Amino acid sequence: MTTLSFTNIVVLSFNSLSYAAILFLLASGLSLIFGVMRIVNLAHAAFFLFAGYLALEFYNIIFGTLSLMPRIIQLVSWTLLYFAWRGLTAYVAPRHAALALLLAYVVLETLCSLVWGFRFFELFFPHVPVKPVDRINFPGMMAAIVVALAIAALCGMFIERFFLRRLGQDTLSQVLVTIGFAFILQDGSLYTWGGDNFMLKQPWPLNFSAVVWGLSLPQYRGFMIVIAVVVAAALFLGIERTRLGAIMRAAVDDPEMARGIGINTNVVQMAIFAIGALLAATGGVVGGAFFGVYPGLDFEILPYAFAVVIIGGLGSLGGAVLGSIVVGFIENFGTALFPELSYFALFAPMAIILAIKPTGLFGKG
Amino acid sequence: MLESLAEKRRVLIVLGVFVALGVVTPFLDLFMQSLVTEILVFGILAMSLDLLLGFTGLASLGHAAYFGVASYTTAIIMTKEDWTWTFAAFQWADSLGLGLFYIFIFALVVAMAFAAFFGFLAIRAVGVYFLMITLSLAMVVWGLAYRWSAVTEGDNGIIVLGRPSLFGISLESEIPFFYFTLTVFLICLGLMFMFVRSPFGKTLVGIREREERMQMLGYNIWLHKYLAFIIAGVFSGVAGVMWTLFNLFVSPPDIELITSAEALFMVALGGPATLIGPVIGSAIIRSLQQFISIYVERWPLILGAIYIITIMLGRLYGVEGILGLFGKFRKPAAPPDAPEG
Repeated sequence: MTTLSFTNIVVLSFNSLSYAAILFLLASGLSLIFGVMRIVNLAHAAFFLFAGYLALEFYNIIFGTLSLMPRIIQLVSWTLLYFAWRGLTAYVAPRHAALALLLAYVVLETLCSLVWGFRFFELFFPHVPVKPVDRINFPGMMAAIVVALAIAALCGMFIERFFLRRLGQDTLSQVLVTIGFAFILQDGSLYTWGGDNFMLKQPWPLNFSAVVWGLSLPQYRGFMIVIAVVVAAALFLGIERTRLGAIMRAAVDDPEMARGIGINTNVVQMAIFAIGALLAATGGVVGGAFFGVYPGLDFEILPYAFAVVIIGGLGSLGGAVLGSIVVGFIENFGTALFPELSYFALFAPMAIILAIKPTGLFGKG
Repeated sequence: MLESLAEKRRVLIVLGVFVALGVVTPFLDLFMQSLVTEILVFGILAMSLDLLLGFTGLASLGHAAYFGVASYTTAIIMTKEDWTWTFAAFQWADSLGLGLFYIFIFALVVAMAFAAFFGFLAIRAVGVYFLMITLSLAMVVWGLAYRWSAVTEGDNGIIVLGRPSLFGISLESEIPFFYFTLTVFLICLGLMFMFVRSPFGKTLVGIREREERMQMLGYNIWLHKYLAFIIAGVFSGVAGVMWTLFNLFVSPPDIELITSAEALFMVALGGPATLIGPVIGSAIIRSLQQFISIYVERWPLILGAIYIITIMLGRLYGVEGILGLFGKFRKPAAPPDAPEG
């Protein structure tokens, strides 16, 4: 065990806070979705990673040399598939439509591979090798973030509308379906962008370290903390102070009564899921310049998000804030003090808190 | 011991299938032989999870932890020459033809210790909290395998050179090892079958169905769940030992979340609380993986799609696993309000 000087402690605390900021962005979405819908979304960290890759892709399109063409073809293919599905289900039962599409896929795949020598599958999941770009600027970063967030939120809405809503309250089914989506997003990303480790670039004013009292503090980490604080404040105010937040709370507390007074709880649930995915994606894009973007990151970071919500309690925003700060500090100080045992250091407080209060510090049970 | 004629017949059918498997497998080609062996190994893992999920009602998403601990222990005690006393003990036992017993005892004790420790942390939690804690604890084991490279060789994994012999019978070639696996599998199946039919197993089903009532009747809920957790962990450890002996190689990807989720899916696919259903699930998943992997390399993508499609179809038609499908065909006129098993 090493001893820490005062300077080290200050720097480590700053790092812990910035780490906690990303964890908060990830875990608050998880907590929100659980609080409203009683769903543990195991695909949550997959959104985190997926958004990182999306940001990488858009940096390449905006600042690099990457062509938009494969993406346009992909978009058109999926749109055509959607309309084919809509058209078919208007005339035949969904299972027959699914069978017909499967048959059509097999025929087209065989035809494409044998006659033209390309995989039909690649129209839907194009293989786009990305090259890291040299430099980016702040407006470009914001544009990339907005696009990545929008796509991730759309994915979340799609999963909720067509899959999770039909499952009801069966935990096992929810777990298996969300983990299925996690695998698809993870492996689809691996296929599309390859297995390399990438680091998202930091834009100009943020890629330096500020020197305060002789301590060098990376500004990007400060930016992460600012983003997390802004998001936390927006969530607090949005849920507690606005009409929309009141509708949301009503739909959570008594869905039947809420429906009775004319609230469309289905739309509320879809919106919540989209917001959850959006929060994870924010974490992924902002954290992509800190953790990097690489295959397997999602399942590596998921236990940290779980530790946050287990300590803070599922469904509580304040709990997510507290939990992420606790986990951020334990992780950073634990790694500095006993590197090989940092995983255990994280789970000891979790166990103690569970022994005292099985639903976490602020849990709703 | 067996209660009804129908049950006797079911047990006979299952035994008949495995006897047929034992007769047929030696005539298959090498690929199929190793596939059957792999199915049996994962069958043990899935059955052990069924003890928790099906019979006790605890959805554990970290069952690969004990599997992983046991498989790593096996690999470590067989290869770590600088841990002199364990290695010397293994050499000595192996020279007597008892190397396998040494491995099993050692690895199962370690798996049991981990299950006892993790169960102690996890059992207090209920529902989704239990799920998240078991997942996190399994990630701790994965983290150890991945980062503690002094012992586990980290990302490279551990290569095991050769299997120990059993009473002087070499298990190096496929067919003797298949029979050994089948024997271990049948022993596990028999033990678990006895376990779920014992008063203890019946109590677990009671806890799954109505926890408050069982508490009122004076049962110690926590202790029952805890013991079930440890027992399931030990059987999962058996699967882990068999995996190392079968594959002769362990690496962190073997024990990550995908393995835990696969085990959970095998149980859900075959039918929870049936014990033999998860084996069918294991057969389906493993065969699909082997055959699909020949044509495309995107196994997780397809696995994810299979998860989603199966669960959605199961919900759509109200079927619990493949064995549930059988029941549905056999009794089409069952009253809709009959209590579900």
